[in-house]
Amino acid sequence: MALLSKKDANLILDPLADNNPITIQVLGICSALAITAELKASVVMAISVLFVMGVGNVVISLLRNVIPSKIRIIAQLIVVATLVIVVDQMLKAFQYELSKTLSVFVGLIITNCIIMGRFEAFALGNGVWRSFLDGIGNALGYGIILIIVGFFRELLGSGTLFGFQVLGDPIAKTGLYATGYENNGFMIIPPAALIVVGIIIWVQRSRNKALIEEA
Amino acid sequence: MAINTDKNSYTVLFAVVMVVVVGSLLAFLASGLSERIKENERFEKQQNILYAMGVNENTPDSGVNFVPTDVVEARFNERIKEQYVLVDGNVQKDDQAFLIDVKKQLAAFKAGNEARLPIFVGEKDGEEIYVLPMYGKGLWDAIWGFMSVNKDLVIQGVYFDHKGETAGLGANIKLRFFMDDFLGETLLDGNSYAGVEVSKTNNDPLNEDKEDNQVDAIAGATITGNGVSAMIKETLNAYKPYLETIRNK
Repeated sequence: MALLSKKDANLILDPLADNNPITIQVLGICSALAITAELKASVVMAISVLFVMGVGNVVISLLRNVIPSKIRIIAQLIVVATLVIVVDQMLKAFQYELSKTLSVFVGLIITNCIIMGRFEAFALGNGVWRSFLDGIGNALGYGIILIIVGFFRELLGSGTLFGFQVLGDPIAKTGLYATGYENNGFMIIPPAALIVVGIIIWVQRSRNKALIEEA
Repeated sequence: MAINTDKNSYTVLFAVVMVVVVGSLLAFLASGLSERIKENERFEKQQNILYAMGVNENTPDSGVNFVPTDVVEARFNERIKEQYVLVDGNVQKDDQAFLIDVKKQLAAFKAGNEARLPIFVGEKDGEEIYVLPMYGKGLWDAIWGFMSVNKDLVIQGVYFDHKGETAGLGANIKLRFFMDDFLGETLLDGNSYAGVEVSKTNNDPLNEDKEDNQVDAIAGATITGNGVSAMIKETLNAYKPYLETIRNK
């Protein structure tokens, strides 16, 4: 990380672990529950949020001195919504297949609390470069959790990863299924995501006791 | 900064400028790209119709592979022999029937108004097959698709799609393992138009019984599955006058 000063590097590294938007700040939980039944959807969502967070934080940071504080939330909302619609329209025109996969996420990205949270808490008060790093860092922190949750839910719930049957064929009873193993249907419904996120939070806090809040 | 951003006049000015800038950006983009987007949508429809006829690039173990977009128009014109619309029980020729908005027409049909319901006639193994559009409601939003039948009303292929069903659950209706189950299923039960029910209790996960008017449901996608069953029934209901005539051919 010679490219970045230590302070700047922390903007990216902190949200990955000790200040993770999902497990520590508990933001963006809604989409983490909704779309993590499949690994592919998790990855697509992570990349989309990475883009919107990076660009959005830059735009808000550029405008930070001209946005009137009374309507700053509306201004932030419009920036996210515009970005998402622009991307959606471009994809529809030039990458139609991809746009169909992504269309489900458009609404979820606009309402993602992490995005609004970072605009409000960081980009409005910091310079462009630092805001960009903060956006990337938080989106990566969000994405990592999404991918971990998606991995376990798809593997245990459907026996597949990215749609490939990695544990054998559940109907023809090959591979692991020959031993009597069954997919856990509970894993593909949203409450399972809460449990997986809960386990991640538990593991994280037992490794780093400083994260445990005083009761 | 010299600007006083707390003044009301500034706030109003900012809001106006923001709305104008963003509004014109989006309007410019939408009108500039609309041509391309429409073309993409047209190709997609043709791909879906062909897929439901069994014209696709699937290999035994592959996922859903459509006819590529660069040849789809030619393939569509070659494989679809006739396009009709069903108006009030009467069949009329219409070479642009595939552009009809099925959602609107089915809604008009259900409301008892005049509706133009598209029908596509193709050929498969020397036998005429008939592709009918479907439109219905899943758990979160719209679901739609096409099915092709022969003159005995045995399904020759289906294609389903959805707007926003749950990833990994309801969204799986557009995967091959689900759509392939419909192949060979009959829509008739004796003489009644029973359709095909997406069933959680048919005890036939490999779908060996093609006469039972049932396919195996997707676990965790009950409401989407019910939506598919209802959608098939509604299409049968709407196209009944036409289906009667092809059965008597």
